[in-house]
This record gives sequence, C-alpha cells and structure tokens, in this order.
Amino acid sequence: MSVKLTEEMLRALPDTRGHFGAYGGRFVSETLMDSLMQLETEYLKLRDNPEFQATFDKDLADYVGRPSPLYFAERLTRETGGAQIWLKREDLNHTGAHKVNNTIGQALLASFLGKKRVIAETGAGQHGVATATVCARLGLECHVFMGSEDVKRQSLNVYRMKLLGAEVHAVESGTKTLKDAMNEAMRDWVTNVDETFYIIGTVAGPHPYPMLVRDFQAVIGRETRRQSLEQAGRLPDALVACVGGGSNAIGLFYPFLTDESVAMYGVEAGGLGLSSGQHAAPLCAGRPGVLHGNRTYLMEDENGQIAGTHSVSAGLDYPGVGPEHSWLKDVGRAQYVSVTDDEALDGFRKLTRVEGIMPALESAHAVAYATKLAASMDKDQMVVINVSGRGDKDIHTIAQLDGIEI
Amino acid sequence: MSRIQSVLQALKGQGRKALIPYITAGDPHPDRTVELMHTLVEAGADIIELGVPFSDPMADGPVIQLACERALEHGTSLRQVLEMVKTFRSRDDKTAIVLMGYLNPVEAMGYEAFSDAAKAAGVDGVLTVDLPPEEAEDVAPLFAERGLDPIFLLAPTTTEDRIRAISQHSSGYIYYVSLKGVTGSAQLDVDDVAEKVSRIHALTSVPVGVGFGIRNAETAAAVGRVSDGVIVGSVLVDTIAKNQDDIEALKSSLVNLLKPMREALDELAS
Repeated sequence: MSVKLTEEMLRALPDTRGHFGAYGGRFVSETLMDSLMQLETEYLKLRDNPEFQATFDKDLADYVGRPSPLYFAERLTRETGGAQIWLKREDLNHTGAHKVNNTIGQALLASFLGKKRVIAETGAGQHGVATATVCARLGLECHVFMGSEDVKRQSLNVYRMKLLGAEVHAVESGTKTLKDAMNEAMRDWVTNVDETFYIIGTVAGPHPYPMLVRDFQAVIGRETRRQSLEQAGRLPDALVACVGGGSNAIGLFYPFLTDESVAMYGVEAGGLGLSSGQHAAPLCAGRPGVLHGNRTYLMEDENGQIAGTHSVSAGLDYPGVGPEHSWLKDVGRAQYVSVTDDEALDGFRKLTRVEGIMPALESAHAVAYATKLAASMDKDQMVVINVSGRGDKDIHTIAQLDGIEI
Repeated sequence: MSRIQSVLQALKGQGRKALIPYITAGDPHPDRTVELMHTLVEAGADIIELGVPFSDPMADGPVIQLACERALEHGTSLRQVLEMVKTFRSRDDKTAIVLMGYLNPVEAMGYEAFSDAAKAAGVDGVLTVDLPPEEAEDVAPLFAERGLDPIFLLAPTTTEDRIRAISQHSSGYIYYVSLKGVTGSAQLDVDDVAEKVSRIHALTSVPVGVGFGIRNAETAAAVGRVSDGVIVGSVLVDTIAKNQDDIEALKSSLVNLLKPMREALDELAS
C-alpha cells in the first residue's frame, strides 16, 4: 500500500532532529554532537545562499561535466522486448560515478567552514576517489579509510587515490569492509574533530548527512525529469537504481517522489541469494536498528550484533541503508528488491555487449533488475536505469571470475 | 535513592572519590566475567562499568575493539551479560553496576524487555555511548520507572547549554570524556580537565566521573582531585588481553593496576 506524497510532506523531511518518520536521527557519542549541529546550521544557511548554489552548479557543469546524458538504449530495449529502457549516464561523470556530485558539494561546505583536513570512508573506492579528487583540486589534506578486504579487491582505485595525493588507511578491524571503514572514519573524526570535515559518501550516517547528501545527489533526478520530458515527451513509468547506502537511488528518486505515476525500485545486493544469508539486502531481509549514527533497516543477528555481508560488488557490501529509504519502504512509495551476484554479472555482460557500456558491478544490479522489469511491461512504457558508475574498476573482479589473470 | 547515588553520597561524606573500573563482559571468556568483577571490587572498585560487547564499537580504540571481538567470539549476548550481573549480585549487593555499550543490542532486545531484565538482574545504571538525550525520549521514562540511572556523556566539545540540558536528563553520575578521541587514547591534559569539570560542577549538582586517558595512580589522583570519580578502562582491558590464558596472573595484574589508584585516590581524602 502506498501513500500519496506531497511537496509539503517532503519539505518536512527530515524533521528538525533529522528524522524520516521512525528513521534517521543523530545517534553518536557526545563529542561529535556539537560539530553535527554546527554543520546542520551552516548547511541550512548555505542551501539557500545563491553564491554557494551557483558555485556548486558551475562546478557540476565545468568540472564534473553535467548534465550527464539520458540515453535511449535502443538495442537493449529490443533484446529485452518490453518497455523502453533509458540509461542515466552517471558513469560519464568525471571520476566515473555519481559519487562526485556529493563530494563537490561537501568539499565546498568544508571550504566555507574553513576546514583544511578531510576524511572519508570508501567501499568500492569510488567515493574515496571522488573525495581525493576534489581535495586535490581544493588543496585539502585527504585521508581515506577503506577496509583491507576492499583494498585488495579494488587495488586500482587505491592507486588512483594515492596518485591524487590522498593517504589511504587500510582498516583491519571487524569484517574489513565498508562498515569498518566507516567506524574507523568516525574514530578519526572524534579525535580530530576541530580541524576535520568528514565527507560521508552515502545518504546514511547521523543527521544532517542523509539530508545533505540527498540534496547534492538530487541533481541526478532533476536532470532525468527534465530530460525525460524533453527527449521522450513524458515522465518515466519506472526508475531503477542500485542501493547500498542508497545515494544514487535517492538522488534519482527524490525529484520524482510526488509524481504518483512514476514507480521506483531500489535494487539491493542479493549476493548468493537472500535465503543463503550471504547478501547485503537490509531492506529486503533485515529489520530496523541503530548503526553509524542513524536508525534504519540493518542486517543483524538476534542479539543486535551487526551481521557480516556479502556482495560481489564492494560498493553495495554494507549492512545498513540510508534512513530515507527505510521510510520510503515503510510508506510504500518505493519498492526494494534484490538481485544475486550472478544476475548482476549477467547484467554487466549484457549492457557491455549490447550497448557498449560497461557498468560498475553496483550499477549492474540495477541493470539486471530493470531488464526483468522492462520485459514484463508494455512497449509504450519507459524505464530509467541509473548507471551510477562505470565498470573499469571491476575488470579485475570480472576477470578473476572468468579465471583470467590480468 | 539508587545504589549509584548512595555509593557516591557515602564516598562524598568521607571526602573520598569513586574508583570506577571498566571491563568488557565476556572477555576473555564469559565464564570469567563474574569472578573478575569480584576481583575489581577487592581491588577497590566502588562502581563497575560492565561493557556490553558490540560488533561495531565506533567510539572505542583498538584495545576495547579487540575485547569486543574476543567476547563476541564466545557469543556473549546482552542477555548473558544480564545473567552475569545477576550472578554477581548473589554475592555483592553494595557495588553499583553500570552497563556500558551501544544502542543496537538494546534496540534488538526491546526497550521495555531490556529495562525489566536490567532491573531484575541488579543493574543500577545504563550508559549508551551512541544515545544522546535527544534520542532517549522513549527509553528514559522506562528507566525512570524502574530506578535505573541514565548515565550520559559530556565531552570537551559540549557547549554550556548542552551541559545544562544533558545534566537535567542525567542521574547517578555524568561521564566526562576527558579528551577528543577514542577510548585508550593517551594524551590527557589534566589542567584542561580541571577547568572543564569545574565548569560542569558549576552548572549541575550531578556527580561527575572522568574517563579516557587514566592509566596509573598518578593520572587517577590528578583527575580525582578535580572530579567525583575516575573511570579506568583500556589499561585494564589491555592487561586482560595480555594475561587471557592465565586467570590467576590476570587477576593479580588487575589488582596491581587498581590498588595503587585506590590508594592514590584515598590519599586525596587525608
């Protein structure tokens, strides 16, 4: 069952304490509270500051290369034999993924706040690269925390970050993946809170992060909406995006939330299948809890310990999800589904071979679900897939699965 | 009056300061925790902060992270920790017990079920690191009805307005985090702590315990001089790690660390 969302309802989200219904909030140790409240105050001021917005828009245009195209995937559509499939090409952004939209915005915030030292967590390394990139451009000191497992499977991005002048800290604690990188970034932040700006890469974390990351990523959906009207003369019937923390999905969904005719599908990492327990699909198979500063759906055991996750894609390998997605799930506005590693790999191969576009393994989850969805829809309908990043970084993973040594 | 309040009031009447050691429940093994708690009391503990292990202890340094991992390897759950407190209580009804940990295990158990079980087990206070008072609206009345003291943190970054507001939500004591950092950090600035704690004392009558960076008799005395109690964690947990295979050596190492702190604190009274 779904409720009709209005502009007025959306303006009230999150509320003044960062809640999206029962989710979100600010669950952090006291040392960070003052910084978070300052960040919120300053951001709310800057959000309405024309100079800040103009700088942000100009950077997105001239540095990132926006708007990114909305591309009609004619051959994929024909092969799928259903609804028209269109691709929002975030893979064409500078640094190769949607992550840079947010790092441009947050680095601007850091500059306005006079912070010279930036930290970030990263899973697949896309957010780390996007952060290192903007830090290089603005001359900011940059430290990226990355689980040591991810350092191994994403060595190309690790090297990119180093070339850009960032210091990459391999995190050995816990499961050695994204959640542990985030723990370690929080620990660094609490230690160096005065001089440090923490650029969180997704729509999770304590308030105001889910709100400000959403606002910076919403450019994806605003462009898609405009481009759909211009190029197809209509709004899409369905939007499909992968969901790890959920920043590319919320970026695409947000400007369409009040468009009742537009269905939304967030695709989680089904790993080896939901029934195997080896996945990263908290919205599909988890329950609400508190981690990393917000209340949201989590993968946890019966004692409230955070469960290990599995996904072929490092960027989706996270046990939580942005709180706004938890809310959208509960109110029924968006649907959350999952595809397995194997389905995602098929999606990767299909888009590569049929359209000559190599998606990131994260985005390949969206491709896999969207092709199934499109096949069940009418030919006069329209589906937009957010191709959130390009797949170059995943070549080693794919080659390894094919038994090829590069 | 709660057990924490009466312990602290009695100490105050004697001009003494509280010694508040922290250990992680289930480390090095769940079967050892109750015994170690009694050892802490023999070495001079007034209040014990018993850590509830969590998979993602964001506010903790490597020493307590590893303690959590050891405890979780043995499957230590919140329910088991409450059982440990219950067992401890059968021999000790004087020492106050504060459960210290993160919110998610409590959320998973359910606020009401947890509050009931904690009270029944003999827990006196609850310190949830990632639960500031703003987010504690639902759980606070449940604690209050059962006489469980909510212990909140204050930090070097806490503004005066927040000190006032947080104090109003606190009972038992307030935990002042002496430095910006995670547990086990070393750089304690005693003058800075003295200044901040006197500011807190001026704003509230709730007793103030100080933790983070206290590792020996000297730092304990320095902090004890300006506060109502000292909280000692990582240095104890570190010795547990080093002696985890020899329980007798472990117990005497805990005593060897705590006794000099107790003595140094009591010298302040004389």
